[in-house]
Amino acid sequence: MALQFEVVGRFNRARASKLTLPHYVVQTPMFMPVGTQGTIKGLTNRQLEDIGCQIILGNTYHLALRPGAELIDELGGLHKFMNWKRGLLTDSGGFQMVSLLHLADITEEGVTFQSPVDGKPMLLTPEESIQIQNKIGADIIMALDDVVRTTITGPRIEEAMYRTLRWMDRCIAAHKRPDAQNLFGIVQGGLDPVLRDICVRGLVERNLPGYAIGGLAGGEDKDSFWRVVAQCTAALPEDKPRYVMGVGYPLDIVVCSALGADMYDCVYPTRTARFGTALVPEGVLKLKHNAMASDERPIDSTCSCMVCKNYTRAYIHSLVTRDAMGSQLLSYHNLSYMMRLSKDLHMSIVEGRFPEYVRGFLRTQFPKGDVPQWVCNAMEVAGIDISSCCAPVPV
Amino acid sequence: MVGLQDHFFIASPGDSVESLPEHGGTNKIGAAFETPSGRRLINPKDYMDIISSTRPNLWASLADEVPAWVTEKRNRLSIDRTLKWLDDCLSLDQEKGASTLGAVVGGPNIEHRKKCATEVSMRNVSGFYLGGFGLGESIEERSALLNAVTNILPEEKIRFVSRLGLPEEVLQGVAAGIDLFDSTYIYHLTLGGFALVFPLDILGEAPEALLRNSSNDYTKINLHATIYRKDTSPIVDKCSCYTCQNHTRAYLNHLLNVHEMLAQILLEIHNTHHYLGFFRSIRRALKQEKFELFRERFMESRRVHLMEAVPYS
Repeated sequence: MALQFEVVGRFNRARASKLTLPHYVVQTPMFMPVGTQGTIKGLTNRQLEDIGCQIILGNTYHLALRPGAELIDELGGLHKFMNWKRGLLTDSGGFQMVSLLHLADITEEGVTFQSPVDGKPMLLTPEESIQIQNKIGADIIMALDDVVRTTITGPRIEEAMYRTLRWMDRCIAAHKRPDAQNLFGIVQGGLDPVLRDICVRGLVERNLPGYAIGGLAGGEDKDSFWRVVAQCTAALPEDKPRYVMGVGYPLDIVVCSALGADMYDCVYPTRTARFGTALVPEGVLKLKHNAMASDERPIDSTCSCMVCKNYTRAYIHSLVTRDAMGSQLLSYHNLSYMMRLSKDLHMSIVEGRFPEYVRGFLRTQFPKGDVPQWVCNAMEVAGIDISSCCAPVPV
Repeated sequence: MVGLQDHFFIASPGDSVESLPEHGGTNKIGAAFETPSGRRLINPKDYMDIISSTRPNLWASLADEVPAWVTEKRNRLSIDRTLKWLDDCLSLDQEKGASTLGAVVGGPNIEHRKKCATEVSMRNVSGFYLGGFGLGESIEERSALLNAVTNILPEEKIRFVSRLGLPEEVLQGVAAGIDLFDSTYIYHLTLGGFALVFPLDILGEAPEALLRNSSNDYTKINLHATIYRKDTSPIVDKCSCYTCQNHTRAYLNHLLNVHEMLAQILLEIHNTHHYLGFFRSIRRALKQEKFELFRERFMESRRVHLMEAVPYS
């Protein structure tokens, strides 16, 4: 175990914590931007630090391909290679394997796929994944899990869940650096509460430094999504961090935090920036829209990031789609927004005003009171009264 | 608007990336440019509209810039037009020439150049834009043309030239009395994955050391090359730019290979810093009255290495 997790504030299931990792001390709830190939698209380390990023994700599959795990190891690990001084997390490579590659085949041994480089069959085993992640050297590494989409039904889900547990043991056995890197297990089981429960108990038995809730954020309906998160956070140990993978939208992060999750990652803020969309407290702002051409306000008048302090919507509108700088400025702002969201969640819990914060957030996003039903359901379980945010339902 | 309030801003109608002068399309109405949205014709009135909206610190008057191989007739026409447009621009200028760089053209013809320079000097301008260079004339014939113009222009007014980007061309321009340069040299270097590495402290090092110095032999290196895969040194040792202070050649090589935007950002930072450092060295040499020596040493160090260097691509 190479981390320390200290809860510094609570409201019902929600918690704020101080998480000490080998390279950095982070505050949760926390959003982690995705830096796929050893860089967040177009942003320098200094900018990421200015924005307040605490942990960034590196993608094992992509990094193992280029520049290669051996090279990263030889040059002193990913932190040194990128010169990133804060936290790093690598995923197992399994998700990319399955989602990016045709003819990927999952067997007990591992994931067989066609190498994108030369078409030869290749095998990613739990042992191989951990070995690569050991070389990359991130503070948190993820077990190789058997991921299935939540939109699938049938025995495949059960098979995947049990296999995830068996692969967990192989990952633990293969992990050569438990004193420097934290191996998180990933809870699978689709949308089936029975399977999820078995998986949670199985992972908790292995006494891991932290736990992730996987297999979500893939197209399932929102009502099922929050229930799985709620079930898992209720069953996972209080004194270990909980990471909901692939989440996501600011609203989802607020709900999951209310239910007791701590860490999140998603490509959404940076990807949507590249399509000209900015994240704002009201929701989203589409900079490509013609109305933006003469709008001299900053993207968000409540935001104090470098972009909002220096540039107008009109200027960004003129850049977006024509020049890379447009997407760069939007990525900068969107990540600033996500870091501000993380900080607000943490501080509002610590300062004992979490429910007020949640209500304020929902009122700003849903000024007409049309808060989605799934959010109302989730907040009820989280014990947060949002009735003042919801318009009365017509009978 | 672009968030650079404490910077100086100079406007000229051409730019070698998105607005290339197209003399074939220029006519009595206006100057033609090739742009991403097709060929555009701009007349003095429209040009001055843009100038008064953008409010640059200095602006070049609209010119008919022609390349070195046009006929004498076409060349003379370009001078007549350029002078007329200068007068048109000035008459529309609210500042009455206080920020104007009068354009001097004349192609490859020394007499035409002198005549045009004389005419423009008589107008109420604050400086001069020497147009038509970097459009195909040879580096040898350029010196005579530049000097023909600068010998006539008043000493105390600023001289600006576009499209002279290579270090040798800059030195040539400085020797002829040019003060301001703009070019796409850095832009194209960065796009190609090149980083500038030529030594800047030309006068500081003993001549023999410069020639022998094997780590900074060439003008530039291409960071795509596999020899940099594991090179943990910065682009240039002791360079104080953000890129060299924080990152290695190996990381840049990786970023280029995976087509990440950050590669261009980091390279542009270094290349701009290095190139501006070159200009700083030039200014220092001028202040020490050692410019000719500086230029000589610089050209020497390049000649030796060109003989043994990889082919210039």
